[in-house]
Amino acid sequence: MATKYDWPAAEDRSLIGKRHNRVDGPEKARGDAKYSYDRNLDGMLVARLVTSEVPHGRIIGIDTSAAEKVKGYKGHVNIQNVGDEIQWAGSEILAICADTEEHARDAAAAVNVHFETLPHWVKDEDVKKAGEANRVKPAKDDTKGPDLDEAWKSADATVEGYYGLGIITHCCLEPHGQVVDWTGDEITVYASTQAVARIPADLAKGLSRDESIGTVAAESVHVITPYMGGGFGSKFNIDTWGIACAKLSKKTGKPVKLMLDRDEELKVAGGRPSDYGNIKIGAKKDGTLVAYESETWSTGGIAGRGSPPVPYVYNNEERLAQKARHLNVSTNIGPARAWRAPNHPQAAVLTMCPMEDLAAELDMDPVEFFKKNADLTARPEVYRYEIDKCAEMIGWKDKWHKRGDSGDGPVKRGLGLSLHTWGGRPHDSTCEVRIQPDGGVSVNMASQDLGVGTYTTLSVIAAETFGLQIPDITVNIGSSRLPISGASGGSTTVGGTTASTRRAAVNALDELKSVVAESLGVEADDLAAKDGKIFAKSDTSKSLSWNDACKKLGNRTITGHGKQPDRNGGKLNDSGVGGVQMADVSVDVETGIVSINKIAAVQDVGLVICLEQCESQVYGSLIQGVAWALYEESIYDQTTGTMLNPDMEFYKLPGAADIGELEVHMVQGKYDDRGVIGIGEPPAISPGAAISNAVANAIGVRVPTLPLTPDRVLAALENA
Amino acid sequence: MSSNKPHDGPGEGPRYGPRKGFSRRTFIEGVGIGAGAVGALGAADQARAATNEVVGPDPVSITLSINGKTHKLDVEPRVTLIDALRNMLDHTGAKKVCDRATCGACTVIVDGSPVYSCTMLAIEAEGRRIETIEGISSDDAMHPVQVQFVEHDAQQCGFCTPGLVMAGKAIADRNPRPSMADVESGLCGNICRCGTYVGVRKAVYEAARESA
Amino acid sequence: MQNFEYIAPINTLSAAQALSPDAGVTAVLAGGTDLLSLLKQHVETPTRVVSLRNISALRGISKRGGGLRIGAMATVEDLLGSKAAAPYESLLQAARGITAPQVRAMGTVAGDLLQRPRCWYFRNGYGLLAKSEGKALVPSGENRYHAILGNKGPAYFVNASSLAPALISLGATVSVAGPEGEREMSVADLYRIPSSDAERENTLAPNEIVTEINVPSASGWSTATYEVRQRQLLDWPLATASVALRMRGGKVSDARVVLGHVAPIPWRSSEAETALKGKAANESSGVEAGKAAMAAATPLSQNKAKVQLATVAVKRAVGMAG
Ligand SMILES: Cc1cc2nc3c(=O)[nH]c(=O)nc-3n(C[C@H](O)[C@H](O)[C@H](O)COP(=O)(O)OP(=O)(O)OC[C@H]3O[C@@H](n4cnc5c(N)ncnc54)[C@H](O)[C@@H]3O)c2cc1C
Ligand code: FES
Ligand code: FES
Repeated sequence: MATKYDWPAAEDRSLIGKRHNRVDGPEKARGDAKYSYDRNLDGMLVARLVTSEVPHGRIIGIDTSAAEKVKGYKGHVNIQNVGDEIQWAGSEILAICADTEEHARDAAAAVNVHFETLPHWVKDEDVKKAGEANRVKPAKDDTKGPDLDEAWKSADATVEGYYGLGIITHCCLEPHGQVVDWTGDEITVYASTQAVARIPADLAKGLSRDESIGTVAAESVHVITPYMGGGFGSKFNIDTWGIACAKLSKKTGKPVKLMLDRDEELKVAGGRPSDYGNIKIGAKKDGTLVAYESETWSTGGIAGRGSPPVPYVYNNEERLAQKARHLNVSTNIGPARAWRAPNHPQAAVLTMCPMEDLAAELDMDPVEFFKKNADLTARPEVYRYEIDKCAEMIGWKDKWHKRGDSGDGPVKRGLGLSLHTWGGRPHDSTCEVRIQPDGGVSVNMASQDLGVGTYTTLSVIAAETFGLQIPDITVNIGSSRLPISGASGGSTTVGGTTASTRRAAVNALDELKSVVAESLGVEADDLAAKDGKIFAKSDTSKSLSWNDACKKLGNRTITGHGKQPDRNGGKLNDSGVGGVQMADVSVDVETGIVSINKIAAVQDVGLVICLEQCESQVYGSLIQGVAWALYEESIYDQTTGTMLNPDMEFYKLPGAADIGELEVHMVQGKYDDRGVIGIGEPPAISPGAAISNAVANAIGVRVPTLPLTPDRVLAALENA
Repeated sequence: MSSNKPHDGPGEGPRYGPRKGFSRRTFIEGVGIGAGAVGALGAADQARAATNEVVGPDPVSITLSINGKTHKLDVEPRVTLIDALRNMLDHTGAKKVCDRATCGACTVIVDGSPVYSCTMLAIEAEGRRIETIEGISSDDAMHPVQVQFVEHDAQQCGFCTPGLVMAGKAIADRNPRPSMADVESGLCGNICRCGTYVGVRKAVYEAARESA
Repeated sequence: MQNFEYIAPINTLSAAQALSPDAGVTAVLAGGTDLLSLLKQHVETPTRVVSLRNISALRGISKRGGGLRIGAMATVEDLLGSKAAAPYESLLQAARGITAPQVRAMGTVAGDLLQRPRCWYFRNGYGLLAKSEGKALVPSGENRYHAILGNKGPAYFVNASSLAPALISLGATVSVAGPEGEREMSVADLYRIPSSDAERENTLAPNEIVTEINVPSASGWSTATYEVRQRQLLDWPLATASVALRMRGGKVSDARVVLGHVAPIPWRSSEAETALKGKAANESSGVEAGKAAMAAATPLSQNKAKVQLATVAVKRAVGMAG
């Protein structure tokens, strides 16, 4: 049923779905945007962490006597205590603060922590060895679909192979951390977070656990985060360092800044689990997929990690016989955190790569093979369309060849593809939209902009609703004292915040219309807001400019409320998207070096709000995908139990010259009726599998594990 | 417990207003670098050097020329330029991300070349012409590189952006018609984790032509 | 970073004096692109830092005699922009491999030669010989980037300089100034494979500084450097080869082949040089030379690929020079 809250019809949209410059672009380009890390408050102290050098052990002594004598020392608080068991290197032991950053470092370096060491294990790929070290726990076998034995019998072609990808870390450029200013009963926290509204309760709870502090009410915590420098799923909580920072502020009576160092950031504040697996997959001669069987293993730290969702996308439980068995490897490394589309990138590698191998075995073009089996997906029509569109963008027809580029010279070229899916349902959100007598409009909610464009999307929604332009709108987010809105995770923000904003804006406009209706002598229902005016649809000569209309408010401010979900609030959002990506790579078979020529991506997201920022999410996902497909990997040393590359030198990320050409197509129009769906995660899923498939196509053999480093490529060629 | 604060007070997010009138074409022509001031600095510096004086480890009084203005400050010899800029002068545009000369977030321009300010001692920056992101725009006009960053959506979280803008400006300063390959190689010292390179490349390419 | 006292003398003699052992633990500061990281990691903890920035005599790149004089404090950027250096193809190719403009602008040529190994055990505090509780960590550890030659122990790191192999293949020398005056030696002699914890990977005394690098004329030589590097972004080569060939009648009459990033020192391969002599310079003689260079390679558990990469580097460098 149509409601007044529904998105305007396509022909009535002047801003939605168009290209807009990012509202916060100038502040960021000028270097004026103040991140938590940039806060310099009066009298502020700087804190550093002291962390564990041992990967597994028990604390038997913490000696701060030398540290307390360091020039500028102001205080310290323990995070863990004598007797506590350390489960990974980098584990936070105490926080110490001083008047300057240099002195804080001196003080931290002067702390002596003594450990009784315990046996550690940090390796995951060799599951046999991990088993011998007693680090493996099998999960229950999971069998679905038709009878597996029958399915294998019906298969004309099968492929059995080993596939996997290592551990990567978030490496947010702004590290985790915050500035805390605890004055009287008011705790102000400038936190680098994806969850502005959630941090107060999180911090209050953490502080209240300390008897010397007593109960702290969440209401006394004010989180301020207008900008934050990257999260990717790793910044939902206040974490031990946030609690320690607050305690230091209370103890010293001064604001305290505690941002992690780069090595701490990489060791303990990020981490996407690995995944390795022996996969068996079979199909009939005509390409119909009949069975998928997997034994996978992975680690996400000491707690291990559950099974990946395999088979991925192609997982119809009626038609595809499936059996999954997962081994959980427990390691003494920093615990995993949610990483953009948790578990999906791994599942894509463990599904799309064996599928590509099977297509080669069947002597089929993978595009045909992936399309042929689209009925095994939840959205066959969408995927067929997207595969065709993407194939056109990458030039599949002209460029694709059977496995192994037979051309001369050491550089071989190949194409590969992968598919993905994601939910992206909206989170809960409340919003207040205010209209001031001077015509000013503000959108207010305790959301946050991780760089995805929240400031811009909310500006667009309000401006579209009021017939105004983007600069006419002020968006106030990034404060926990604003109406509550969800954390930015799971691609839920754009769906949730645009819906609450739309409803609040429509409600506010209704109020304004009733005021204007009186003065124009028309029915409120007859009024429309467009092009900076409010006018009667029946008689456009009855019209007021937006500012004149607002003047009629006298000194009253209108506050429109909106929320998500809202059963009577129209159909504004949905969940469930698909996407297809294809990669074109070159591989130097003498050096094993892979370079990207081009990646094409087709993505549906329901109704696009800001086309440019939507595309940016996809570009960013592809670039991050190039990173984990080719370069980045956390490397742990078994003897010492430490991460050897907690830096930006050997924790390798691509630069502007390493990413090739990227082309993005957002599906617009076709699925607008579904409303808004999140985009942050889906495009981050497929790049690894698509690139790995392209490499296999280029060199004729599968490089089993990602990242596809030169040594791995050369080894695969040698073993072929 | 404190009550909710009004929502409409000046928040901390992006603001249109006095700065809204930037245009593609207008930008300020350098920020009036006082050659005299720099010369004087050089002399002071030489004076110290000429005496072969050992200074530190206690704080040393130094003078830095940043964006055409001179700043006096007391720094321990170990204090890096990025820490002096950010912690002592509140020039927080440049970011400290890796602190190891491997990411470019701290890029500033010294004597016309892009450098990693995390890897230069503040005391070593004395007598040099330091340009930071704060100095390349004015309230009503951004530098063309900045304008193009906005036009091409060359930022997400924005944390790498100031470093990339400065690296981009260094490219544009030296080469008014860089090829895309020149742009890419000029950006080889900067990392963006969010993945904004597509916009960044276009922005620098366009901006160089515009500032020419 | 531990705090230190700082001095920036104006001539090399005062610099050498400032580095006197009586002054405690000292360090020489050039561009700082490596030293500052070492200080921050507490890999080096000097109590005095001696900066070379005010010694104007250390700057500049110019022709000298038939050859080239590179001041120790000349930056990589200076080198790439120098007309005088233009004939030294292999040196410029190596310099271009330092891809970050910021490193080029700050990093000096002498600093590149004397930068410390990037071995991740070393940088993470396990010492130059990478040991924990007396046990060598590299052979059974994460050694994908480590040495494949000269790696019998106790050193397993690789020399990180890409300029050194090029300079050695060009027959360059360095001038070194100490309190007793100057001495001159070949670039190759700057390096050694340390045999104990007490030794560094270079042969300078703590109070010596490199003042300049002298490269003889390259006329009559064809030179080239090939780097195998995974990323364009600031990255270290996995292997490099610098070659200098003198040709007579279409055949190699004299050859110098020096590999980088494969051993604790820049690795001159007389085997490769012998293999090239009397042959045409092309990829097929290059492959033979590469194989000869790698005949003695003893890869560790994870770095077998580097044997192949080094072979290809030699092959392609010879091909480029030919
Ligand atoms: C991200 C990154 C990537 C890099 N990639 C490459 C690469 O691909 N190939 C390559 O070759 N290099 C590479 N480098 C290294 C770079 O070239 C060196 O860091 C730089 O040249 C060192 O010069 P500097 O002047 O900054 O030295 P500093 O850091 O000042 O000094 C380095 C060392 O040399 C000593 N030293 C310096 N000058 C003298 C002197 N005149 N006399 C005595 N001792 C001296 C110092 O005491 C110190 O131990 C890279 C560096 C970085 C940060
Ligand atoms: S912070 Fe200076 S290069 Fe990374
Ligand atoms: S925009 Fe976030 S790191 Fe570049």
